[in-house]
Amino acid sequence: MTRNHTISRRRLLGAAGALAVGILPAACGGDGSDATPTRTGTADLVTGEILVFAASSLTDAFKELGAAFEDEHPGARARFNFASSSTLATQVNEGAPADIFASADLQQLKVVMDARNASEAQLFATNDLVVVTPTKGATVKTLADVAKPGVRLVLAGRDVPAGRYAREVLARASTLPGAIAADFATKALANLRSEEPNVRAVLTKVQLGEADAGFVYRTDAAAAGTQVGTVEIPAAFNVQAQYAIAVTRNGKNVTTAEAFVEFLFLPRGQKIMASHGFGAQ
Amino acid sequence: MRVPADRAALATVTLLAAVFALFFLLPFAGLIDRAIADGETWSLLRTRQVREALVLSFWAATLASVLAGVLGTPGAYLLARGHFPGRAIADALIDLPIVLPPTVAGVALLTAFGRRGLVGEPIEAWTGFTFGFRTTAVVMAQLLVAAPFYVRAAKSGFDAVDPQLERVAYTLGASRVRTFARITVPQAWPALVAGTVLCWSRAMGELGATLIFAGNLEGRTQTMPLAVISAFEGSSLGLPGAVALSLILLVAALVVLAAFRLAARNGARS
Repeated sequence: MTRNHTISRRRLLGAAGALAVGILPAACGGDGSDATPTRTGTADLVTGEILVFAASSLTDAFKELGAAFEDEHPGARARFNFASSSTLATQVNEGAPADIFASADLQQLKVVMDARNASEAQLFATNDLVVVTPTKGATVKTLADVAKPGVRLVLAGRDVPAGRYAREVLARASTLPGAIAADFATKALANLRSEEPNVRAVLTKVQLGEADAGFVYRTDAAAAGTQVGTVEIPAAFNVQAQYAIAVTRNGKNVTTAEAFVEFLFLPRGQKIMASHGFGAQ
Repeated sequence: MRVPADRAALATVTLLAAVFALFFLLPFAGLIDRAIADGETWSLLRTRQVREALVLSFWAATLASVLAGVLGTPGAYLLARGHFPGRAIADALIDLPIVLPPTVAGVALLTAFGRRGLVGEPIEAWTGFTFGFRTTAVVMAQLLVAAPFYVRAAKSGFDAVDPQLERVAYTLGASRVRTFARITVPQAWPALVAGTVLCWSRAMGELGATLIFAGNLEGRTQTMPLAVISAFEGSSLGLPGAVALSLILLVAALVVLAAFRLAARNGARS
């Protein structure tokens, strides 16, 4: 205990040193202990902790993004809460202390904006869907196979963006010119065995071999690597998922939150998103 | 000197108890308050999704409790009366599912009964039967996490039965089975009932293991807690749905607890 006290006091002194230089290290979230002078010698205004609520499909990309952001701003700390965008929207509207909400679709961001918990949003990435299959004994080789009798299909819940997009793909493949069959969606949905809470849970169910097929984002399939097989959805039937981000009203650390969003659009942030397979907006 | 100190102690104890009680009551007050404010609770209760979830939860939990009684009672009796190697270890292991997070139970079930699982894979190869995404899986998940509560209670019930009574029955010529049915079980009855209530309630509330092992599909594996999660995610029921469902679970729990308490009291008296 005593030891920790000494350390934190030393850190506070560091902050006081920055003050002495004459630049105010932002009245950030109350945690002055994290305020350290930047490499250039001027105090970085981007300090303190931010809580980022992000869609599950962003898990790997945003973790890397967070690390790069902290590297860029040593006084800042980004923490994450990953879940389905629809769960996050409910949490934000119930007053969760999120600084940022990154949704896998505009619909869930609109839910938050309609409740006046965010005022403006920016599109920042795109994604599309693929069908994943287990590596062993895969019975689904094409999109059409998803509707074969006995196939165990797993989707994300219907309000989870990934689940909504998947149902959209099924509908498009039943109605658009060159459709697989008019009753394709009906037959495919008759194979539905579970509505998972988020897209990563769909991926896991397929990875485990519990399900024969699941609809996930291309980036999720890439994250699973060789642990799943990937079946392409014909471009005409596929949908483009649009990711949007907003600084939320409940947040306490607007400066750092805005810096995080900005960082996402900087070359370094864009490079990280691209390396995880996301398309640029 | 002693009296003021006692008074201070009493005041502290009362205050702590009040804080504790408040902490427990406030979340329920919140639910009720929100349900009234939403005003949709009653109509939501009559939707098909809610009805199906309620029926499924009720029967799955009941089946899991019956199985816990059938499979758990012999084990509990052996733990209380038997002398066999590894008894202490078995006794400790019973508590494992109580202590472990249910999500761990779900993952463990998958590794055993999943399609790539220890026994799940050969069973599918021989019979074509798979456990996942079926109501069977719901009952299995509930049994794993809830049965230990029954076994624990039943064992302490049997522990409390005076072995002398059983010995007297034997000397009077009663068989072991007859003694168990006429002496041991009636003596341990309140504990067995309490154990069943705990088991049933725990099974009703099971979420983590079910979601992981059985999945989430309306009418087949979507129990009440899963419906709450789905509603929270914004399924057609939405947050008011989550509140309404939670409220039913709360009322159901209260009714069952009260009923079993009465049953236990009557059983003990007879």
